[in-house]
This record gives sequence, C-alpha cells and structure tokens, in this order.
Amino acid sequence: MTIICRCEDVSEEEIMKAIEEGCRTLDELKHRLRLGMGPCQGRTCLPLAARILARETGQTMADVQMQTSRPPAVPVALGLLAGDSRD
Amino acid sequence: MIAVIERADVAIVGGGINGCALAYELSRRGAEVAVVERRSLTSGATGRCGAGVRQQWSARENVTLAMQSVEIFEQLSQDLGADIGFRQGGYLIAVHDEEDLRQAEKNVAMQRSLGLEVDILSPHEVTEIVPILDVEGMRAIGATFCPTDGHADPFKTTYAYAEAARRQGAHFYRFTTVTDILTDQGSVTGVRTDRGDLSAPVVVNAAGAWSKQIAAMAGVEVPNVPYKKEIIVTERMARVFDAMVISFRDGIYFSQQDEGQVLGGIPPPETVTGYHLEPTFSFLQHMAATLARYAPVLSHINVIRQWTGFYDVTPDARPILGPVEGLEGFIQCHGFSGHGFMLAPMVARLLADLIVDGAGSPILESLNLARFEDMDIEQEHSVVG
Repeated sequence: MTIICRCEDVSEEEIMKAIEEGCRTLDELKHRLRLGMGPCQGRTCLPLAARILARETGQTMADVQMQTSRPPAVPVALGLLAGDSRD
Repeated sequence: MIAVIERADVAIVGGGINGCALAYELSRRGAEVAVVERRSLTSGATGRCGAGVRQQWSARENVTLAMQSVEIFEQLSQDLGADIGFRQGGYLIAVHDEEDLRQAEKNVAMQRSLGLEVDILSPHEVTEIVPILDVEGMRAIGATFCPTDGHADPFKTTYAYAEAARRQGAHFYRFTTVTDILTDQGSVTGVRTDRGDLSAPVVVNAAGAWSKQIAAMAGVEVPNVPYKKEIIVTERMARVFDAMVISFRDGIYFSQQDEGQVLGGIPPPETVTGYHLEPTFSFLQHMAATLARYAPVLSHINVIRQWTGFYDVTPDARPILGPVEGLEGFIQCHGFSGHGFMLAPMVARLLADLIVDGAGSPILESLNLARFEDMDIEQEHSVVG
C-alpha cells in the first residue's frame, strides 16, 4: 500500500477506488477522502494525486485543475494573529 | 460528453445538500429525478459550511422545522446506509447581559413548550460543558444549552443522500450548466443545459446563492442577496469539547470537529455582498482575536486554512420554499440564509410530499415567495456567522 496523503492517511488504492466510483477532480477526491485537508494542506499529496488522476482518467497533468490556494501560506498560531488586532 | 436524459418527472437545479436530499426523498416516492449541477456535488455553500445542526431559534416555526430535521438526522446514517458523521454535542449560546437573558428566557419557554430539551446555564455550568471557555473573556453571564443540537459532516451527508438517490434510480449530471428554464404557456417544461435539453413538468430551483439567476431565467424575481462569509480551521488537537459555541452578539460560532480541528466563523468586519470569494486578512484577525477571547487556551493552536462561501440571504432570513404564482411546476428551495444544511432533511420531505402527492402544509405556506408581497414577515433573529 502506497500512502499519498500523509496527514489524512489516504492511500493510492483508495484514490483509485474513488476515481473508479466516479471522482473526476481533485476537489471531488478531497470531498470523498479528506485528501489535502490536513496540516500540510496538500503540499505533499496534491501533485501526486493529480498525477494519479491524470493517469487513471486519460487526462494530461495540464487538464487536471489544481485546488484553490488558501491563506495562511503556512500554519500561524491563533494568538499571534489575535495579538495584532484592536479587538 | 454524455448527453443528459431526455425527460424526467423532476429536474433539480443544484447538487448541494438540498438538491441531493430532495433527489433522495423524491426517488424514494417513485419519481424519476435528474439533478443538474454546474460543478461537483457540495461545491457551493454545502461544502464550505460549518455544518451545525441547531434547534434553538426565536421563531416557533423554525424550532419545529429544526426539531423535525434532527429527528431525521438521528436516523439518517441508518436510512442512507452510510455514516454521515452526525454527533449531538449540543449548542451553547452565550447570554451576555440582562436584556439577552430576558430574550433567552422567552426563547427557552417557547422551545420547551414545543418539547425541546433546553436549559439556561450559570457561568459555572458553561465551563463544565466547555472547559476551555473564559466566561469573563466572552463578556457573558451565562448561556442556553440544548444537548440534542449537534453537527454532521456536510460531504458525507450530501454524498450519502446522492448515493442512496442513485440506487433508487435518480440521475446526477455534474459539470453540467443550466443555461435556461424552458416554459410554455405558464408552465415549466424543463431545463436547457450545455449538454442538451431535459424536459420535466417540475423544475426545482435549489441553486443556493445562484438561485436568483436560475429564477430570473424563468422570469421570476426573488429578493435573495449573496453575502460572502468566511471560516477558519485549525490543526487537530485532542478532543476537549463537544458543543458548538455561538453568540448572536459577536456573531461567532465554533466547534471541534470529529478529526480534532476547531472550525469557526464570524461576520467579516466589512460586509461584502455579490459574488466575491476572496478571503480577507481583516476577517482572519477579527476571528482569531474573538476566538482567543472566548477560549484563550486556543492561542497556541495553529490556523491552517481560511476559506469563504455564500449565505443566500432573504429579507427575513428564512428560506423560500414551494411553488410560485404564474408559473406552474417551478418549485423554489433556496434562501436558507446560512441554515440550509441543518434544515435540508425536513425541507426535502415537505417538498417531496408537495411535488409527488400535492400535499401542502402550513409551514410551506408560510415560507412561500408570496410572503414578500404582502410584507407579513416574521423575522428570524437568531443568526450567526
């Protein structure tokens, strides 16, 4: 078994099964498997998952739509963000 | 590209929780259903929401509707044959001062008269239920608490509904855009999509924040306005609390999810209407500061992501459900104003009964679009986020 998403413990087999069941985008894989929703926010797994998706669905890597990047770019402590506020 | 089927009994526009729940309830009653979704299922407000399930409302009808929804939620994993992640950790609603307390007493009396288990808590009882709360920091004097409120996983719930509907014969067309609502002499006749026409004598508008555009395609004007809302999520930590904590005064809500992350939102300092989805730093700061004030121990926890979505808001913050005058077969299911997930199970049953059996109900009557014409509106005040 090959682990693709280390944060959420998602294997290549699980991704292939989800694709077989109809998932066609990285977003759909995320919805079904929590792929990329852990602490690293997909930095490790998304390029790998995109490659699997392209291979299994006959798309090129350019066809696979990457997910929207969301802030913060790196994890930030809540207190640090709160400290700068006027609340 | 596969074409859509040529005809169905009901065409549903929108593959969020409401579209999928309705597809399940309709197909269970024997109707042939086709759901048309522009992107993937849950891609709108459903997949971006806080997924709380609350029964503590100020309007009697909303309490009834929410209680009926919870009754369905309690059985839903079993009914759909898949875990939806429903957990009843309760909702703890902050009471900030004497005026709040009077409103809380009024709400609690009404809610109890309907059979809801709900209590007013002292500051000490508040921290017994959620130990990380700083009641002084919250500027609170107590709270109301309903232990049967809770939350479910919006992805698991929607996909469980969709899978069960599919097993009952419902068709789902993702990545398919509705470009027009087809009508003939005062009746809908179907939808036009970028993958062909689909004829259906009933078309349901369950397009969330885009329902206004779908309605306009049929020449129907609805008063909904999309409001941008923002959410943060933290890294995972050991389970420390089960309740959803909310405050109507601060507009904040937060809870700890199954996996251990804390997820919450608050109205952004700048109100943004229209179709804008950019996350803002001012929200992030405001949310972090308020959350740290409510639960100082969370200051050490990392925020890993913020994102945005829409509330599909109506003038009275209550949904628009049921038929419209002048266009036979055009059914509205939108305007949930931030509460679409929690109400969906019961709303789907009410609308399925209406569509299949023609069975109306007082609650559907009261939520009809026509209420905005005579302006006889009961405003729901208990809104957060």
